[in-house]
Amino acid sequence: MSDTTFAPTYGPVAIPVRELLPWAIFAGLMLMLMIYFVGAEEGATSLIRGTMVHEFVHDGRHLLGFPCH
Amino acid sequence: MVGKLLLRGMLVGLVAGILAFAFARVYGEPQVDKAIAFEEQQAQAAGEAPEPEMVSRATQAGIGLATGVLVYGAALGGLFSLVFAYAYGRLGSLGPRGTSALLALLGFLAVIVVPSLKYPASPPSVGNPETIAYRTELFFIMIVISIAAMVAAVGLAQRLWSRLGAWNASIVAGLAFLVVFALVKAALPDINEVPENFSATVLWQFRVASLGIQLVLWTVVGLGFGAVVERVVAVRDQRGSARRYA
Repeated sequence: MSDTTFAPTYGPVAIPVRELLPWAIFAGLMLMLMIYFVGAEEGATSLIRGTMVHEFVHDGRHLLGFPCH
Repeated sequence: MVGKLLLRGMLVGLVAGILAFAFARVYGEPQVDKAIAFEEQQAQAAGEAPEPEMVSRATQAGIGLATGVLVYGAALGGLFSLVFAYAYGRLGSLGPRGTSALLALLGFLAVIVVPSLKYPASPPSVGNPETIAYRTELFFIMIVISIAAMVAAVGLAQRLWSRLGAWNASIVAGLAFLVVFALVKAALPDINEVPENFSATVLWQFRVASLGIQLVLWTVVGLGFGAVVERVVAVRDQRGSARRYA
């Protein structure tokens, strides 16, 4: 698409992928881990022994739409 | 730049989480309580000993629910900001607010609405504990397919843009998305584990509340994020174009 114009106005400038990639990988992984702990830990899979995490976020898990027990 | 967007995204997500928590307290918790009452009644009728309460109901419905929804909100806001960082400047000439609102709308459809049409949220006592692994797997498979189909649909719309015009290109891409959804919905196994005597009203209200919580989250993130990053993004755009025309 022609997003290069010769009019002296400014439009959106995309962030280069190589600048974005490290953030996407590291931050993306951390953020998905956060969702994992709310949504699935001590359900189908378990990183921590016991059921405390599951019990603690129990209501949120159900209401956010994750499968639970 | 990405760091600035990420921080703002997580903060907006946190605010969205607070509002979603309030919504969940008012509309969601009464349904959870009714579902648990049903569960206990069934257990009693079957002569089973009541399950030991490891975390009290008050904690689950209070600080536990708040933690879950806030962590989820912050994570959603963060992931949203990363997607925004990629999409901005790559979706035609849409500005920061428009990009944010459009992404939230498409994200809400792809991540929440479409998967929940196949595997809807379920209250306590709906769902067999023995099938949890199977259900979780299908739930995430459905989300991944739905997101992939949405990304492909957006790509298709962009490709057809110049030939069909914005309106028609979007309609064609939307139809393509629907076809994929219909096929996947037919192909993946159904799950129906609602107990026989479970109240249809409670089930319906629980699912509406659950969808409402997500709607609050995605609306606040979609509208809030665009507003919050508008200035940061504008400064960068200006600098970028200054370089371009220097």
